[in-house]
This record gives sequence, C-alpha cells and structure tokens, in this order.
Amino acid sequence: MPNLILDHVVKNYGKLRAVDDLSLEVQDGELLTLLGPSGCGKTTTLRAVSGFVALNSGRIFIGDRNITDIPPERRGIGLVFQNYALWPHMTVFQNLAFGLQLKKLPKQAIQKKVEEGLSTVKLTGFEDRYPRQLSGGQQQRVALARALVLEPDILLLDEPLSNLDALLREQMRFEIAQIHKQLGITSIYVTHDQTEAMVISDRIAVMDQGQVVQIDTPLEVYSSPSNKFVAGFMGTTAFIHGRVSDVAGERVTVQTDSGLSIVGKGKHLAVGEEVDVAIRPENIKFLTGPVDTREQQNVFEARVSRASFVGELVDYQLDLKGSLLRAKGETVNAVIEGATIRIKIEPGQLSILKG
Amino acid sequence: MSLKRILVIAAELMLLLVMFLIIFGPMMSLFIWSIAIRWYWPATLPQEIGFDYWRQALGLQKSLAIGAVSILPAFFLSLTIAVIVVGLAMLIAIPAGYALAKYKIPFGSVIMFLFLMPNAFPQQPIFVNLLRIFTRIGLAGTIPGVILVHILVGMVFGVWITSATFRAIPTHLEEAARSVGASKTRAFFRITLPLAAPGILASAVFVFITSLDEFTGTFFIGLPFVNTLPMTLYSSSGYNMQFASVIAIILLIPSILFMTLIQRVLRAEYVGGMG
Repeated sequence: MPNLILDHVVKNYGKLRAVDDLSLEVQDGELLTLLGPSGCGKTTTLRAVSGFVALNSGRIFIGDRNITDIPPERRGIGLVFQNYALWPHMTVFQNLAFGLQLKKLPKQAIQKKVEEGLSTVKLTGFEDRYPRQLSGGQQQRVALARALVLEPDILLLDEPLSNLDALLREQMRFEIAQIHKQLGITSIYVTHDQTEAMVISDRIAVMDQGQVVQIDTPLEVYSSPSNKFVAGFMGTTAFIHGRVSDVAGERVTVQTDSGLSIVGKGKHLAVGEEVDVAIRPENIKFLTGPVDTREQQNVFEARVSRASFVGELVDYQLDLKGSLLRAKGETVNAVIEGATIRIKIEPGQLSILKG
Repeated sequence: MSLKRILVIAAELMLLLVMFLIIFGPMMSLFIWSIAIRWYWPATLPQEIGFDYWRQALGLQKSLAIGAVSILPAFFLSLTIAVIVVGLAMLIAIPAGYALAKYKIPFGSVIMFLFLMPNAFPQQPIFVNLLRIFTRIGLAGTIPGVILVHILVGMVFGVWITSATFRAIPTHLEEAARSVGASKTRAFFRITLPLAAPGILASAVFVFITSLDEFTGTFFIGLPFVNTLPMTLYSSSGYNMQFASVIAIILLIPSILFMTLIQRVLRAEYVGGMG
C-alpha cells in the first residue's frame, strides 16, 4: 500500500486561500481524517487529491508517482461521495461493475469481484436492485463497495455519513472502521464530526482556514490540544483565562482572572504569560465527604446553576466564580440546582494553552 | 341528499360541460367541417355529409373544386423538412445545452437570451429582412432556406430544454464515473446522456412540432417553390373550408400524439427519480 504526500499545496479562489501551503503525509495503510468546521479547506484538499480541483502550486504524490497533473480517472483513487452519487439508471451490480468493465476484465472476474465487494459491505443479494429502492444507509454501502471493488491505492471519503440519521451514522462509523482495518487501504476521511473522527481515525489532522493546526492520534488531539482552536473543537471545552504564576517542567500553575489558583499541564510557557485553562466535563469530579484542601490541588467550591436530566446521566452547568463549566454526573445522587458543591479537577488532565 | 348538495353537483357538472366545450369545441367544429359536403347558413349542422373532401385530400379522388389537390406531397415535404431540422438543431442544441449548463461561459446568460430572441420579436419584420438576405445569397425559395428558418425558430426549444435537462443531472454522477476510471467523454456517453435522454427527447419533439407547424417564416422564405402543409392550409382556407379543416386535423394529429408521448416519458422520469 503506497503512502500519500501533499507537498506545499496551495489553492486560491480569487482572494480566498482555501488551502494555504499545506503539507502532510498519509502513511501507508493509515486512515487520516481531515477534521474541521465548514470552510476550513478540508473538502477542497480532498478534491485536490482526487483531481477535481487544480492546484495553484504544490505537488501530490502517491508513493513515488507524481500525480499532480494527472486527470482523476488515471490516479488510481477510490472516491466515496457525501450524497452517494450512485447512477440511478443502473442496478447495484452495474454500479459496481462499471469500473471493472472499463478495465476490460473478463465477465467471470467481474462477477466474482462484485460479489466479494457486496459481501464486504454486507449487501449480498442486492445485485438487481436500483438505487431508488435502497435506503440511505444501503446506498452509502453500495457507494463504498463501488470504490473498494477497484482495489484503489488511495481511498477518499467525503463526509460519507453526513446525510444519514444519527443512529445510522453511529453504526456505520464502526463498520467503516472495521472495513478499513480489514482491507488496510491508505485513506483520507473528511468530516466535521469530531466523535466520528475519533472512532475511525489512526490520526486526525485538525484544520482551520486552509491550514493543518494539529496532526496526531485521536487520544493526543483530545487530551493534549496544541491550541485553543483544537481544544474548543474537540469535546465540550470551557476556558478560564488567567496568567502563569509558576512553571515546573510541564506542571504549570495559573492565577485566573477570577482569583483562583489552578494547576495543569502545559508546554513552552513562561511566568506571566496570558493563558487559557481548558476544562472538559469528564475532568471534573464531584467530591463528597471531608477533604483536606491544603493537601489537594484544584479543589474548588462551585454553584450548580443548571442540572438537566439527559437519560444516562445528568448534565450540569457549574458556576466557578463567574466561569461556567459543563460537568456530568450520575443520575443516582444527582445534585439539585442552586446547591453549592465541592469539585476537584485533576491537574494531569487540564491543558494550559497560550491565550 | 340535501338541496345544497344537489345544487353543488349540478354546478360542477355545468362547469365540466363548459370546460369540455371550450377545449374540444373548436376541434369538433373542425371535424364537422371536414365531413360537410353542403353546409349553408342558417343550418346548425351540415345539410349533407360525406368523406369526399378527405378522399380528395389524400389523392384518392380527383376533383374540379378550387384548391382541392392531394396534400400528400406537401405532407411528406413537411415531414422530411421536420426530420432534417430536428437532426441539425439537436446537433447544435445538445453540446450547447451541455456547455451552458456545466461550464461558466462568459456572457452565458446573454447567449441563452440570444437563442430566445427570434421568438421574442414580431415575426414579419424578421422574415421580411431575412428574405432580402436570403435572396441575395440565393437561398430564397429553396428547401435549405426553409430548413434554416425552421432551425432558427425551433432553436429556443432546443437549447433551453436541453440546458435545463443537463443542469438537473448532478455533476457528482459524472465525477463518480471519472473516479472509477472513465474519461470525460465516456462519462458523458454512459452516464450523462442516458440520464438526459427524456429531456432531450422532449426537446426534439418540440423542435419537430414547431417545424411541422411553422408558417410565417416558410411563407416568406419558401414561396413560391416550397409548399409545406401549413402553406397548403393557408391557400385553401379562404374559400374551401372543408378542405382546410381536413388539413388542420391532419396537422393536429402529430402534435397530440407527441404531447401524449412526452407526458408519459416525463412522468416516468419523476417516478424514476434522480440519484
């Protein structure tokens, strides 16, 4: 399986820099997700790799092959579209067979490959149906099978699950991850859904305004975001602004604007610098029973400003001296609105980011 | 049943009858005229009916009545011209429609508008001037000249319908074809064209009917040598109403046939659904 390299890729639309000097490598067999809000350039980047967008400058390589000037049909890529793009006048079989026929494969070989393709996406028996007779999820699986049946060097997926309802999306995420593990094709996946990205990716490239802001494993991107944008994009993050009061290796102490002293982890920070403390709901623990505040770090008193029952847990909004934090708790022993509680925020889980 | 209900039903029936008369009245009048042998005012229906005029028109019976000639030569000429016009017009309209739909053409909307222009102006001034030009280049009174006029008049249907058809086909379908290895040309012929077929057919039918029924341009450019069916209708309409109504009915038949065809084809389109 070859790797994919983007080398200083630039794409402008008039004055807008849609892709701004972007360089990255997708390692062979890896599934890399381009994650970001609308307009960050992820789709444009994908279309540049697929060949439907011409670059202003930069090069693209599949393995050793420079494909920058090669038209889409000769790049050896498989493409899965957001709206499936199945050909309505052809059956499922014909949709899958079309690419194979173009390669002039014998009928029996085509038959065999189509059958294999359908069984990979668990749609055996659907050969003679027309796209209009399929549900959204089934159409998306056919679209995936159509790309896979050609055994492409690179697989590109453009928000393939965005048109499906929430429940189906969750199911299909796991199926796509499993198929990728099974086949091991070098892939680029585009989405704006961070949960989706974390489930299926080997690595995530978070993009903003045409550039890659952080590229790392899902765990690293989530727990050690490199800046405020990434921290805010992943999970539900609350920020508390303050200044660095002490640095001991990666252990940083911050004096917040509201007068609290918080300890967290941060890199390359100096005393006096302005920073944001990034706090996620799962970092906050409710304390019951007596606690010796002199020995514990990051123990605070907060007021419960909102408590919402959302089925499997209770969603809280806590007021920590003016900063509003989101927290989660069990439905048993739920705390009522207006109550004051003690919370502890584990220092090792807090990211201190340049403000 | 209450009185109110009865009145409502009666009113609906009256409305239905009136609509029926409005839509089919003129055609019934035509039909009655075509089988009238003698019909003098103030009789509401012909005094004597028969199919004589039909037989004269189809060349099965000779007659000394003025204007009663076999219309078959004119009919076949009209058909031939219409078929050639469709062929040539679609040859231009299909690529033009595709280009206007899929590419950002500079002044694209101006070009589309230009195709509409011949039909937006009063026809006589256009064709009088066209006659001058055609006379100078030797096209006046010739079949090629008439063909050119029919293409001019029908082009609006050609380009507008085909470009709307192509625009309705999602570009993603072509891109999907290219992503599995099809060249642009192959993607067009295997994916875009089959999906556009109903719309292109509708466009072709409109051009055909327009050519078959075209009168004003043919009158100016075609006379005195090119005699299409509408021309024959014109010549006989002043004094031989029966004959004229026979020709009118014959001209109506292709229109009705094709309109039914289009309606059925387009309905299948919507049921089929686009991807």
